[in-house]
Amino acid sequence: MAARRCLGLWFFLITLCVVSTGADVLHTTPVTGTESSAAGTETVVAREQPEAPSDPGEHTAAEPTREGEQNDRTRGGEQTRGQPTREEEQEQEQEQEKTREGEELTREGEQTPAQPTREEEEEEEEQEQTRGEEELTREEEELTREEEELTKEEEELTAEEEEQTREEEELIREEEELTTEEEELTTEEEELTTEEEELTREEEEPTRKEEEEEQQTTAQQEEQTRRWEATELEEEHVHDAAVPPPAADPPSPPPSKDDFQEELVIRPLHSGDIYASFQFRTVWDADFMGDQKVSHYRLFPKSLGQVITKFSVRELHISFTQGYWRTMQWGQPYLPSPPGAELWVWFQDTVTDVDGTWKELTNVLSGIFCASLNFIDSTNTVQPSASFKPLGIGNVTDHSFLRYATLPREIVCTENLTPWKKLLPCGSKAGLSVLLKSEKLFHSTFHSQAVHVRPVCQDPQCRTTSMELRQTLNVVFDLHTSGQGKREWSLFKMFSRTLTEGCPLASSSKVYVDVTDNPQGEQFELSPATPLLTQAVVLGDRRTYSVYDLTQQASFGSSRSLNMLLRWKAADGEMLRPLLHSERYVAGYGLQAGEIHTLIYNHHPYRAFPVLLLSAVPWYLRLYIHTLTVSSKGKDNRPSYIHYQPSKDRERPHLLEMLLQLPPNSVTEVTVEFERALLKWTEYTPDPNHGFYVGSSVISALVPSVVAMDTNSTLDRPLFSSFFPCKEEASYFMRVYTEPLLVNLPTPDFSMPYNVICLTCTVVAVGYGSLYNLLTRTFQVDEPSPGLAKRIANVIRRFRGVPLL
Amino acid sequence: MATAEVERKRGQLAALSIAVVVVLVGVPLWWRTTETYRAWLPVNQINELAELQLQLSVDVEVVFSRGTLTPEQQKKVPFTRTQEEAQKVDDDTTLRYRYESKYRTANIMEEDALKQPTAAEADLSLHTLSASPCGSVVVYVIPETSVLLPQGVDVYIGHRRTAVLRMGAPMSVGKNHKQLLAHLEPRITQVVQVMSFSHTDITAALSDRVRLSPGSKESLADSMRSFKSSPGYEITFSLLNPDPKSHRLDWDIEGAVHSYIQPLLTKLAPLANFSIDSQILYYAMLGVNPRFDSSLEAYTLNADSLAHVINPVEARLGSNAASSNPVLNFLLYVPDAHHSPLYIHDHQKQPVASNAFHSPRWGGIMVYNVNDLYGRGETPLPVNININMEKVMGVFLAQLRLMLGVQSSPAPPGFLVEPCGGAGLADWELDRLMWSRTVENVATATTTITSLAQLLDQIGNIVINDNIASQVSSTVTSLQLAVAELEAGNLGFALQYSKEAILASERAFFDPSLLHLLYFPDDQKFAIYIPLFLPMCVPILLSLIKIASEARQRRKLKQSKKD
Repeated sequence: MAARRCLGLWFFLITLCVVSTGADVLHTTPVTGTESSAAGTETVVAREQPEAPSDPGEHTAAEPTREGEQNDRTRGGEQTRGQPTREEEQEQEQEQEKTREGEELTREGEQTPAQPTREEEEEEEEQEQTRGEEELTREEEELTREEEELTKEEEELTAEEEEQTREEEELIREEEELTTEEEELTTEEEELTTEEEELTREEEEPTRKEEEEEQQTTAQQEEQTRRWEATELEEEHVHDAAVPPPAADPPSPPPSKDDFQEELVIRPLHSGDIYASFQFRTVWDADFMGDQKVSHYRLFPKSLGQVITKFSVRELHISFTQGYWRTMQWGQPYLPSPPGAELWVWFQDTVTDVDGTWKELTNVLSGIFCASLNFIDSTNTVQPSASFKPLGIGNVTDHSFLRYATLPREIVCTENLTPWKKLLPCGSKAGLSVLLKSEKLFHSTFHSQAVHVRPVCQDPQCRTTSMELRQTLNVVFDLHTSGQGKREWSLFKMFSRTLTEGCPLASSSKVYVDVTDNPQGEQFELSPATPLLTQAVVLGDRRTYSVYDLTQQASFGSSRSLNMLLRWKAADGEMLRPLLHSERYVAGYGLQAGEIHTLIYNHHPYRAFPVLLLSAVPWYLRLYIHTLTVSSKGKDNRPSYIHYQPSKDRERPHLLEMLLQLPPNSVTEVTVEFERALLKWTEYTPDPNHGFYVGSSVISALVPSVVAMDTNSTLDRPLFSSFFPCKEEASYFMRVYTEPLLVNLPTPDFSMPYNVICLTCTVVAVGYGSLYNLLTRTFQVDEPSPGLAKRIANVIRRFRGVPLL
Repeated sequence: MATAEVERKRGQLAALSIAVVVVLVGVPLWWRTTETYRAWLPVNQINELAELQLQLSVDVEVVFSRGTLTPEQQKKVPFTRTQEEAQKVDDDTTLRYRYESKYRTANIMEEDALKQPTAAEADLSLHTLSASPCGSVVVYVIPETSVLLPQGVDVYIGHRRTAVLRMGAPMSVGKNHKQLLAHLEPRITQVVQVMSFSHTDITAALSDRVRLSPGSKESLADSMRSFKSSPGYEITFSLLNPDPKSHRLDWDIEGAVHSYIQPLLTKLAPLANFSIDSQILYYAMLGVNPRFDSSLEAYTLNADSLAHVINPVEARLGSNAASSNPVLNFLLYVPDAHHSPLYIHDHQKQPVASNAFHSPRWGGIMVYNVNDLYGRGETPLPVNININMEKVMGVFLAQLRLMLGVQSSPAPPGFLVEPCGGAGLADWELDRLMWSRTVENVATATTTITSLAQLLDQIGNIVINDNIASQVSSTVTSLQLAVAELEAGNLGFALQYSKEAILASERAFFDPSLLHLLYFPDDQKFAIYIPLFLPMCVPILLSLIKIASEARQRRKLKQSKKD
């Protein structure tokens, strides 16, 4: 047995070498760079945190913790605040009654703020340093900002001159664009090669891949491997086949309709960064859930359709994210996603072996998206009981058909983007998707791409269903790394491309720019100006957008290309504080025990609302559920619903779900202690000292909205505002992801096994040797040699000539 | 002294017994705990399969119609007659063909059927009279004077498993039955070779097992064109639209598949499972820029450049994520307005009539020009174009037949082969395919299983768990059954068993658990063992040597005492 372990050890070490070299390669990608910079900025935000809840006016507002007391308390709070109209009061009362029935509400809803910040405190020392550095740089920044303000005055003087130069610049830029279009052609060719290289990663026949590569390099070789021949069509074949198919030909059903829409939303952020969100939606009136197999694809991608059909998937949501969304700096994203990869799937109720299907599905998806989704297994898969309800139609309550898994470690890069783009009907050839070039997209602070498949209603009456595929891509460009510190953005600066046409297959192709904070153009200037404005209720707020319709030739102007320019005038915009955000960290010291803290902030001044908290913790952090405490404002806050599934070693993770009532303007802290398990040595990752990731917690909430939400689903709304179904006017659903945790586990010295082997062998040998000697040697009693005194006496005696003793 | 001697004896005994314990208990224990697990495999049977002796039996029924036999001959003609032919393909493979002919005279209804005005109708009505089992052949011998067959045609082969053979002219009367049969036999064999299998087909099917001598380039190309036998195929039709801005394409693929492709696949159902899907790819370009030929006022693609056409497209075709069966791709390329019309030229620089080409074991591409549908510039773009599926499917169907190995080898002179009808496949063509596929499956499965056995002999580190062992056993049983069924002439069962065999053998051979301990160098093992074994073995060995030398000395002492 020991010997076999030794064998295993060797094997492990070999793989260790192999994998670690592989990991090195990964780390050289530029994305890691952005990641580290992201972490740096996060710490800055963490400094600002403590200031947030210390607003005196809001403190007096309300602090209800018990559900029963809420009404009175809040009313009292309102009285201190001023004169709320009676109508408002009534409304609020109603709403609070609703929140009391939190379970029902949350069953319908879910919500979405995300707050970045505190990185794990285990790496404190390093972080402290970086934090200090950050502060330094921050001060420097402030200095430079002051300088900038000084220079701004000068700039105003030179503004006129600049105007002229800018016009010249524009001209030059247009020329550049033309040349880049030419470049595009060449890059497209390059892309093709890379695409094929990437293909080789997919599950394909190895021979075919080899062929492809060969074909790339030497065309002639390949001519020999593949013979191409003209089809010799004997006339009679064509003729026979062409004989009109007999009358048995059934009336072919009218081809199912499919529809494609594309859309880009640009939201200038007050931090000077810019947020761009792409959405591509394909709706297909095909019945994937029926008995008939769907096999003829038009706009819907075949590879995904086959997967959905084969594995009887009702809903599929998959996201790949690099970087962390900083809620306090950027506000709420249109579509939240946790760092790394996230996958959740509702299967149809015809599936009998859900776990087996899930395993196969993850393997296939990992092939399609070139991602390591195959690492999803039972140890990181959970079945949430309340947090993830189907987003499409269908009233499914049996959560045994739901699987949810995250891979916080997954690094997202261009090999994931290429297959994602392949799912688009226009590929990267036309429409908004020409902007999606990986060299710029991955040179950003935050990048998230997702695919959502769900059944939706085909018509307002909802008699038949369609399949909806939404592909979304969110990216935040950093003011300093991408914007060179200038508060000035253009499409070209962001993506190094401009728009020349919409996708000809799209029924609608629009670019929205969020101008809500800029009604009179005092904050920033948008050019070319567009006469089209639209309003949409997004995330509980009514926002105004400038719209560029790419299906209209007029949008492109005389230069035949659209390059929006967004130029900030003021640098000191105030952003509305997000109502809900959260943070999470690990506390404790040493390598044995620890404590997970989750802080959930409710910034609403006078409204309490319920949230569902879900955390899935790997088995190697053994949670002590009896230490679970939930407190708001120093008082115990008893969750009204707790679903806890204990882990099983090496089989399944902990799952903790609870329904919490967040008092207005409060911080709710959830803590639970854990013990770190000692892993078997084969279970350590190739870089165990890096730590082990614990996926983000998910907070789903129905947040009270500022304006009435639009519950009429039939209305034609922009895509970004219509993803989460909205069932009541007073609140909107949102989801917030906390930071993933990085936890150090007790890690052995991996050269130790050798030492152990040598030591044990020596011990065995010594023990065995002495035993052996005892058994085999003959022991004889030697004549005891005379004592020292006697010897000395004898010497003296000899000296004296006396007989010896 | 005596006690010392006793002690010494005791020490020697102890050393000996420790050595014995180490040898009898320690070494086997170590061996048992570190050996790789090998479940029991039917090695003997696998070795038997390494020498493959295939016997293919065909039932041939020869029916004499009125006027072909004299009453005297009728009496003497034997009921059955067996003909055997043995072919040695290589050292390990021998083939035996066995034709079991049954002779009888036609009954009244068959006589009536043969009186139909045309051969096709006769074929149909003969089929309704009796359905012959899969793999068998019925030959109707009609008199020289019959008008059923047109002038110059001696043999007619219809859609079913029947053939009509015209009796040679000079032999009709006055000869004895032996001469008659001697005259008929080679011709019947010829018919059977067309309708069920010929030696070249079978050797081609054995190509997995037998290294063929390099024949002519043409025959090699023929043998490599069709897909290898597989339990299932995915057929994908892709419509490539390089320019959705100038034309919007519509194809009724569902209807076309239903009326053109499905009948063929339904017939082929016993061979394999087929699944069909289709997709439309936009902005899909060909890999080469076609050359403009000013004399034709058209763009041309040379046969030489066809090799480069598919590669960029293939990246977008996508493999079927949901299965691992081979994919047959059929692409319909509609060139954009600026590169239209586009014609494919063959090696002789002549335009190919079908404007299509195929790539062996991959699929086919057809170019569909729509420039005449554009009108004269007045229609606004994009133009809606409906594709004529009849034209397209004719080409794809022909390519599909080629890819699946439905060979339309030229018939010998004097043969009239009825062209296949709506089903796209005659019964005897299916039989032919089944014969060669069965042989191919058997050949592939035996090769796989024997090479697995060889591999296990050579590499000691491969683990064989019980699951793989059961797969191997089921392969062996299925193979034995398949060979037996082939011998008995039950083609359907033979194919079924051969499919099972090939599935099980592939599963066993490609199981990932085989590789678990594969890469384990021996020197590293010793690096681990030595710290333990060296200190343990050295004392044992030393004391053994000491005991031996003492024993030798004692013997010498005794001898010298004796002397």
